[in-house]
Amino acid sequence: MNLRKKTLGYAIVAFVLLLLPVVLSPLLGSEQLATHLTARNEAPSWSHPFGTDWLGRDMFTRSIKGLALSLGVGLTAALASGLIAGTLGLMAATLGKAADRFISWLIDLFLSVPHLVLLLLIAFVTGGGVKGVIIAVGLTHWPSLARLIRAEILQLKSSEFVLVSRHMGRSRWWIATRHLLPHLWPQFIVGTLLLFPHAILHEAAITFLGMGLSPHQPAIGIILSESMRYLSTGMWWLAFFPGLCLLILVRSFDVLATNLYALVDPNRSQE
Amino acid sequence: MPLLEVNQLSITFTQYDRGLRQKKVPVIQNLSLAVERGEIVAVVGASGSGKSLLAHAILGILPHNAAVSGRMAFDGQPLTPTVIRKLRGKRIAFVPQSVQSLDPLMRVGDQVRQAVRTGDPAAEQQRAFAQYGLAPQVARRYPFQLSGGMARRVLVSIATVSGAELLIADEPTPGMDPAVVQETLRAFKAFADKGTAIVFITHDLEAALTIADKVAVFHAGATLEVTQAADFEGKGERLRHPYTRALWLALPQNGFAIPDEEAGETQICSLKHEA
Amino acid sequence: MKRTGISRFLLRQAGKLALLLAASCVITFILVSHSPIDPTQAYIGADLLRVGAEQRDAIAEYWGLNDPPLQRFFFWFGSLLQGDFGTSMIHRAPVSEVIADRFLSSLVLMITAWVMSGILGFTAGVTAAMKRGSWLDRAIQWYCYTLSSTPTFWAGLLLLIVFTVWLPIFPVGLGTPAGVLAEDVTWLDRVRHMILPALTLSITGLANIALHTRAKLIDVLGSDYVLFARAKGEEGFVLFRRHGLRNILLPAITLQFASFSELFGGAVLVEQIFSYPGLGRATVEASTRGDVPLLLGIVLFSTLFVFTGNLLSELIYRWIDPRIREGQSI
Repeated sequence: MNLRKKTLGYAIVAFVLLLLPVVLSPLLGSEQLATHLTARNEAPSWSHPFGTDWLGRDMFTRSIKGLALSLGVGLTAALASGLIAGTLGLMAATLGKAADRFISWLIDLFLSVPHLVLLLLIAFVTGGGVKGVIIAVGLTHWPSLARLIRAEILQLKSSEFVLVSRHMGRSRWWIATRHLLPHLWPQFIVGTLLLFPHAILHEAAITFLGMGLSPHQPAIGIILSESMRYLSTGMWWLAFFPGLCLLILVRSFDVLATNLYALVDPNRSQE
Repeated sequence: MPLLEVNQLSITFTQYDRGLRQKKVPVIQNLSLAVERGEIVAVVGASGSGKSLLAHAILGILPHNAAVSGRMAFDGQPLTPTVIRKLRGKRIAFVPQSVQSLDPLMRVGDQVRQAVRTGDPAAEQQRAFAQYGLAPQVARRYPFQLSGGMARRVLVSIATVSGAELLIADEPTPGMDPAVVQETLRAFKAFADKGTAIVFITHDLEAALTIADKVAVFHAGATLEVTQAADFEGKGERLRHPYTRALWLALPQNGFAIPDEEAGETQICSLKHEA
Repeated sequence: MKRTGISRFLLRQAGKLALLLAASCVITFILVSHSPIDPTQAYIGADLLRVGAEQRDAIAEYWGLNDPPLQRFFFWFGSLLQGDFGTSMIHRAPVSEVIADRFLSSLVLMITAWVMSGILGFTAGVTAAMKRGSWLDRAIQWYCYTLSSTPTFWAGLLLLIVFTVWLPIFPVGLGTPAGVLAEDVTWLDRVRHMILPALTLSITGLANIALHTRAKLIDVLGSDYVLFARAKGEEGFVLFRRHGLRNILLPAITLQFASFSELFGGAVLVEQIFSYPGLGRATVEASTRGDVPLLLGIVLFSTLFVFTGNLLSELIYRWIDPRIREGQSI
């Protein structure tokens, strides 16, 4: 078993873990989410592995549904950010000096406000809700990836094989499709994948702070923020399991992305 | 008994091939070499022939994915990893090939002083700098403030102030101006005359011949022949291997001659290219 | 020559900051004025039923909400330039006063966490790199990667459960004990209330610096100069002290200064969990309850805060790194 096989193995396991909530969520009926006054405040047991809350709702079902929701919101927002990053990075590197300076300045501008403050501001401005959260998360995660893509293109453009192609009279299109894209694709895909964990964590954070989704939606952030009121009574399971699920979800994404990166990055392929 | 003895040394690297397979790449095969006290042995070969790895193997600083087989002994003692760790810096000194070998954030004077094992570090450092034509104030500079030639002289200073019995110099001269090269070579010779054994690794046969007692010709990971420096004379009749003879005849004073034998012209071209 | 170098640098930074703040003002203002949230309604909040239409108009008039946007912007921007950030709707006090007051208590928390995470993270990173491949290295890496995937607020909740509910060592929250007059609060009380938030903030903040230090030290250990140092017989702690430390300390310090943005974000979450009355909590209140002047003030102030961190980080680099410090003299 050499390292690359292991890397591939980790990536597959992580991917399967990510799919779990998506598959499980529709299978768990909404019946479990209904109020069961006979089964309130129950500690974890075989019938309720994550316990129940003060309304007798099954915490396992709530957590899985919350994860599926977080996954959806995170994916949408991260994809939006990836798209913005790709477009701006490409524009900065190809549209000449003025565009480059402006976009670089824009990147600095977005990085100069604390991320969470910016998230709160945008979520507040858009009026909160699922839409607000997606816009806020989607609009704030692109700068680092845009910077990476810009640098990557600039480096590729000045690399020898591109210069040689240019001297040989190859067209811009030929160079872009034969030289630039094959190098950029893996970087872009992995870079976008690496945005997911941040996007999901930030989605949970602003929801937790009360900026995001309505209390009726079982988002992890809302579950955790509700749990705060009951912690002093010793109901630790209300906070412990949903948070742990979120942690595993985010970690899986990280493992998936970094292992894929190790496979496609030529600089690390000999490790 | 030779001070350093290398017997049937082979070095193999493990690398990833395409996809998920691993492969083993041999870089040095069955290399043998012996150096007596007071003797200068030049190891001559083209870049990429694995010369530096020989030095790294003796010093025990090869990367983790390298596997070593064969025997090496210093002063009759087998060079196991534990033994090497006790010897290097004390009885074995090293002049590395890369000028990046100086710590970028430490004044070069301090770097020389740290290598001194006996005597007053400051005095030893000043003496070494004076010997290799470095002004005293250079000691207060950082590596980025030195030219390539100056950095190499600092590296030579570091190796020589340690007072080691065996000096392994890996390409110590590129970037130095000819006068300093001569001074450095003279210093090596002086050390050898005082009993230091020197392994002088270089691609420059001409420089090697000015001080070496023996020359080991190295090509593609193997020693082709070990010969007395005196054998390099005339048309190279006493050199056994055609590659050695080609090297010799390609020197400027021999008129860049192409030998009539089947030595392989490509090799000669590549060597000329390098000089 | 060096003198003018540094003053030119500072001048350029000042220009950059001015442009940055101006741009933040414009963008924030545009965002807020297009927001679907009605500031009058936000101001009235729960009293909505008891406030009539006339009162609403009076309130809107009082806050200047009926003027055209451009006029409002210049009015706001003009006051900003005079140091007047407006009046917070929640606190019924000048924004600058609220921020100054809240920031002081946040600052104590942030500095404690910042120093702790810096020292712990650096030590952990160095240990991991020096013992690369060992179980210790793997444990440290595992911890850091897991922590960087951990929601800060969840880590805070766990600490809250463990240390206030299961082992009631620490008070549940609030910067000061309840029911005690402000002047009777001892510094010991303040410290007791600050430990858990600071701990949360530092154990989640150290992952970044630890991983960065580990990677940097591994780079350094694989460099030509460390290879040469080993060939010179240096090893273990001597090798680290001579070549490792001096080459990784500077990047670590500058990274720590450049992390003010994450620090502020972490403080927002932690203060919310532990009901710590700092600027972070004020940020959450301002955004959830629609206190526009306060929110705008905080956006600008936190931008200044992050900028200061980056500036300090760069100044330290210029001051310590000989390649920049003495680079001009050659």
